[in-house]
Amino acid sequence: MPRNALTGSRIRDRRTAKGLKQADLARQVGISPSYLNLIEHNRRRIGGKLLIDLSRVLEVEATQLTEGAEAALLTRMRQAAADTAKTGAEEDRADEFAGRFPGWAGLVAAQHDRIAQLERTVETLTDRLTHDPFLSTSLYDVVSSVTSIRSTSSILAGEEDLDDEWQSRFLQNLDNDSRRLAESSQALVAYLDGVGDAQGGATSPQEELEGYLLRNGYHLPTLEDGSATPQDLVADAALASEPAQILALAYFTRYEADALQLPLEGFLERFGTTPDPAALAQSYRTDIATILRRIATMPDEGAEQRIGLVTCDASGTLTFRKESPGFSIPKFGAACPLWPLYQALIRPHTPVEAVVEQASRTAPLFRCYAIAQPLRPASFHGPDVIEATMLIIPLEGAHELAAGAKAQPIGSSCRICPREACIARREPSILADGF
Amino acid sequence: MGKHVLLIEDEPNIIEAIRFILSRDGWSVDTHSDGANAVERVQSMRPDLIILDVMLPNKSGYDILRDLRDDPMTAKLPVLMLTARGQTKDRELAERLGVNEFITKPFSNSDILASVRALAGAG
Repeated sequence: MPRNALTGSRIRDRRTAKGLKQADLARQVGISPSYLNLIEHNRRRIGGKLLIDLSRVLEVEATQLTEGAEAALLTRMRQAAADTAKTGAEEDRADEFAGRFPGWAGLVAAQHDRIAQLERTVETLTDRLTHDPFLSTSLYDVVSSVTSIRSTSSILAGEEDLDDEWQSRFLQNLDNDSRRLAESSQALVAYLDGVGDAQGGATSPQEELEGYLLRNGYHLPTLEDGSATPQDLVADAALASEPAQILALAYFTRYEADALQLPLEGFLERFGTTPDPAALAQSYRTDIATILRRIATMPDEGAEQRIGLVTCDASGTLTFRKESPGFSIPKFGAACPLWPLYQALIRPHTPVEAVVEQASRTAPLFRCYAIAQPLRPASFHGPDVIEATMLIIPLEGAHELAAGAKAQPIGSSCRICPREACIARREPSILADGF
Repeated sequence: MGKHVLLIEDEPNIIEAIRFILSRDGWSVDTHSDGANAVERVQSMRPDLIILDVMLPNKSGYDILRDLRDDPMTAKLPVLMLTARGQTKDRELAERLGVNEFITKPFSNSDILASVRALAGAG
């Protein structure tokens, strides 16, 4: 049945919804009840003044009576029928259904839209899991360990004349593989427990170390006063994985060197009077990155005011994260290319200072200081190894900005950044898909 | 049998297990653990059969297989591929590149032995 032939059905539905009798409506628009009855049963076409009068009394737009459900609604319903095959939906009667039961038709269309949205969400999550490097590596480790264990145990169980030396080697291999399997499995469980949980467990050696530092407020008094060595602290930290212990030793060794160069007591005093990292670097005759690291390891006055720090290598990979509340740092993948950290990376040795505004509901402001510099002394041999360091200091509000100054809008990473029109966007945001 | 197999795999304990199984079956087994110069190793050793892992440091098993098939000297060399990923697309990729046999980890020793024997017979 053509859509415009259903005007009468819509008039009838609207009239009954308003609790009007046919005779009352007919009287109010100046026609006979029998003529209205013919109209309501779609046996008479109407238009012009009568249609306008009916829409006025029924308190509805005339087009809603003539066109009924929006064309878009019909398209969505037909799409729903096409996408869900073999349901027996009478596609040729979608028009009639939408006209008679617009609420139900809207529900069908809305549910179809919701299903499509959920399917996109599933695809996105699947893609995330598929391309998550940590998950991929852990699963590979598990499969490799199981393969080795299965093969080795079959040899031990099936070879009756295995000599002692081989037996001993295979038993040793079994022991090694079972330990490795246990480590990989634990890391995997920790990861899966942490999916979707911002406070989730450590999922990589870097996060293991950062978890330890977070629990200790990133300030290590025993290294400050020399009562412990980096090796002592590694033992004390009781980090589960060997890679995390290696990272920890490197971090503690650098921390110890920074503390020796810039003793805490004097540093706190000078920072209190001269909070400019470049000026501090000049007064201590050291480099700016050391000053930034030292500021980030000062004992906190309060968690709310925590100063953050990130470092990255020349590939842009984040190699250290100390979060500042409200400054979102991605766990995996690349961060926002507009961060001052990366602006510094493309101009080594040039200090970068910027006030930035994170893309979030509260749009918090931060003052960032960044510098990129070589990790090794200058040499004619071998490639340069550059590290960029960025200090993140939370600001109380826009009043801390200089007059006329504007904060640079930044995000966390493109995938979860809502700034659609960003000039540095490298991929669409999943937030558009309902995240 | 006395035939020669080159095992290209980077997991030491898997290497040891496979080497043991094949040696007991009369195979002479050499091993190689790095993807980077695996093709050169094959060309210099000229084994009768290759067992090739997919996930190798520096160069993937797929790339090695592609190079082997491009070289007339190794184009018909029987290759048994081992992978931790058993998805259809992985198998299809290996087949497109010219693999002779494809085994998914974790495998049983008898699977490896049967495949190697079958490939040796065919080759």
